[in-house]
Amino acid sequence: MATADTPAGHEGHHEHVHYTSTGLENRKIAIWALIGSECMLFASLISTYLIYKGRSKVGPFPHEWSCKTSNVVGKTAELVAGCAPADVLKPILDIPVTSQSTFVLLMSSLAMVLALAAVENKGHPLPAGAGWWDRCLASSKFWLMATAVMGATFIGYQSYEFTSFVHEGLTIKTNLFGSSFFTLTGFHGAHVSVGVLWLLTLFAIDVKRGLKGKNDVLLVDICALYWHFVDVVWIAIFTLIYLIQ
Amino acid sequence: MATTAAPAPINTPAGTSYAPGEATGIWSWLTTVDHKRIGTLYLWTALTFFIVAGIEAFIIRLQLMKPNNQLVSAEMYNQLFTMHGTTMVFLVIMPLSAAFFNYLIPLQIGARDVAFPRLNAFSYWVYLFGGIFMTVPIFFNVAPNGGWFGYAPLTTMQFSGGLNIDFWVIGLQILGVSSLAAAFNFITTIINMRAPGMSLMRMPIFTWMSFVVQFLLILAFPAITIALFFLQFDRFFGTQFYEIAAGADPLLWQHLFWVFGHPEVYILILPAFGLASEILPTFSKKPLFGYNVMVYSGIMIGFLGFGVWAHHMFAVGMGATADTIFAMATLLIGIPTGVKIFNWVATMWGGNIRFTVAMKFAISLVALFTIGGISGVMHSSPPTDLQQTDTYFIVAHFHYVLFGGSIMGIMGGIYFYYPKIFGRYMSEKLGNWHFWSFFVGMNMTFFPMHYAGMLGMPRRIYTYDIGQGWEQFNLWSTVGALLQGVGLICFVYNFVKSRKRGEVAPNDAWGAGTLEWSIPSPPPDYNFAKIPYVTSRYPLWDIKQPEMTAELTHTAPDAGVIADAHAVPMHEETQYYTAKSLGIPMPFPTIKPFFAALFMVLMMAGLVFIHLDLFWVAIFVMIGSGAAFVGSLYGWLTSPLE
Repeated sequence: MATADTPAGHEGHHEHVHYTSTGLENRKIAIWALIGSECMLFASLISTYLIYKGRSKVGPFPHEWSCKTSNVVGKTAELVAGCAPADVLKPILDIPVTSQSTFVLLMSSLAMVLALAAVENKGHPLPAGAGWWDRCLASSKFWLMATAVMGATFIGYQSYEFTSFVHEGLTIKTNLFGSSFFTLTGFHGAHVSVGVLWLLTLFAIDVKRGLKGKNDVLLVDICALYWHFVDVVWIAIFTLIYLIQ
Repeated sequence: MATTAAPAPINTPAGTSYAPGEATGIWSWLTTVDHKRIGTLYLWTALTFFIVAGIEAFIIRLQLMKPNNQLVSAEMYNQLFTMHGTTMVFLVIMPLSAAFFNYLIPLQIGARDVAFPRLNAFSYWVYLFGGIFMTVPIFFNVAPNGGWFGYAPLTTMQFSGGLNIDFWVIGLQILGVSSLAAAFNFITTIINMRAPGMSLMRMPIFTWMSFVVQFLLILAFPAITIALFFLQFDRFFGTQFYEIAAGADPLLWQHLFWVFGHPEVYILILPAFGLASEILPTFSKKPLFGYNVMVYSGIMIGFLGFGVWAHHMFAVGMGATADTIFAMATLLIGIPTGVKIFNWVATMWGGNIRFTVAMKFAISLVALFTIGGISGVMHSSPPTDLQQTDTYFIVAHFHYVLFGGSIMGIMGGIYFYYPKIFGRYMSEKLGNWHFWSFFVGMNMTFFPMHYAGMLGMPRRIYTYDIGQGWEQFNLWSTVGALLQGVGLICFVYNFVKSRKRGEVAPNDAWGAGTLEWSIPSPPPDYNFAKIPYVTSRYPLWDIKQPEMTAELTHTAPDAGVIADAHAVPMHEETQYYTAKSLGIPMPFPTIKPFFAALFMVLMMAGLVFIHLDLFWVAIFVMIGSGAAFVGSLYGWLTSPLE
């Protein structure tokens, strides 16, 4: 592949040191370029959401109460008091519930870090008198699965959020808020789902032959970079879309 | 070297269009992961689309030849100008540049392949299938008809029902995947796979300009990807992104599109600038004047290119502040571009100039791009632009930069690199016919458009009435187009014929100075038998004519780095060996990228069935090929590269 002379016909796990100009592996540079590109993708989505904030003509709105029939919009329930109860649309974003899923996603980044550390430290014997926690920390399978489960939990929360919004009358077709909200968070959810698939693939490899050595550290490392990026994007989305009213 | 016995060279007659000892036949092309073969595939495919787009343009010119002409219907005319623009931008100029990225970048930086050879094959196949998907509908009268810029809400279901725009939206998404995958690949290749001693400031200027272009691609394409997703969702799933009645911003598309669209202009022109910067020094027998400044201006053009998109939108009424800011940013871009023009002139100044066909094309780029650049600076001023926008003046401007700049530069590149790619020269005699009919023809076509535009002739009209003073300008334009057609025929004939009958080319076909000329023509599949270490910008001139680069600094890389890479001092290689006898590991040929690309394109294209009222067929195609795509991807990623 690269410039160095290496024995021909290598299989997956041999240790190869290809010469590179920077000393970094190619895949590591490529994943950073991908992340740069993804920044622009989410920047376009988030800007569109912010541009369309407050431009929807009918409810439900993210943070305001409204009345379906009279189109009255207000910050409190009292403003739409004259509205028939069946026509009252509540502010739809549920910050407490989404805070839980945000917490889970952020914790998954911690698990990801521990998974990478576990793969990096493979081959180091456990210290004498290591307890269950040390053994747990050394298990890359455990942390990979933990990360994937937390990612899947986030997706579960999102599915719950989406279905409850649909029940409250907000679909992707309802108004500009619906279109831009579902598209933005849906793109993020799709990224998390790809990440979960990626993590499960790594887990399967780990079960099958054990992840260890320089090449495998890189495999986990690029997945981790992607995962942390998806997390950071969620911090931006959560702040801009949920917290700022 | 892994082998102990000296490898034996393969002796075959010189001048074959393949390097000897390589596999031939259709299967070898379908499964190839060799950057040179993929580059050649890009070249052939893009030239085929060039002929298609040329025919479309020629029909447009025949229709506009005289007033009230009825050669094609208004509807067909819309499809023709839309497909001419879309094809030239996405299926001709970008892939022709990609052909050179593929072929040249690894050779210029002293690498044996790109960073991800299979991803590279994937990019090509996605481009080919996407191109077919976009081009075929015109034969069924359902080609895209909303202009290459596809302005929403014009392109929403309300104003553009039917399949036309669906092909455009989905086709561009497909081509975007191809460009992005290639861009990640080349960024990694250039950052990470340079030969020892090839510091960034020693890279050939074509590689430098390509490097800038890859960053433009990865940062600009996401914006249009999102704009296209919104349009796709509006058309297929009933979202309201471009629904004005629901409160949508009618300028959302224009902003997202031009945030991509303006950097796209530099994506189209910078590779041609890079090629000219290789050709001009070679035929002037002088190093490029002001190399550093050329690099910095290329970066500056790319950087400023992200801050000027709204100059395409002066007519929408953004207000004085926005207009002023974007006008000033646009004027600023004139500075680095002007620097490049003057540096090319200074490169030729006092040089020992050889007027080969490649050189003529490169010089004509400098001249014609300057004309297009100056009219560009004219309508960077909003008051002037308001007079010119949506008239033929704009058509004249962007054909001077894209035809006079990109196409002329790329044509020069083809004449220049043909001997390296195919091992034989193209005919200079036919080349001169080609050059002069292109040069005269393009000026005859596009220069009168300035006048037609100033007299108020609007763009995109399929016919016009007599008595507005546009007749003679349109007639001249059509005659010019005919002349360009003659040039194109000369070129195609020359291109095809020279592969077998051209004069055999040595390693260094033109006396150039960069690495790609130190290896046989065509290069063997491993490129460099021994990786050279590089001590200056024109390493080949150093060993052949040291006096020519005497004023440049020459420093060898650290001994540690050289040992790490097993690199040897700069040398020429003339013999062909097999990679095996040299002990060089080569990537396995594989069909997996082909299938991954095919299934991905089918998955994306399946959406069209929804508008044919075949909902379940769409679901079946999309899910079926989606699963097959993921399957091929897993198969690809779990099989070893070499």
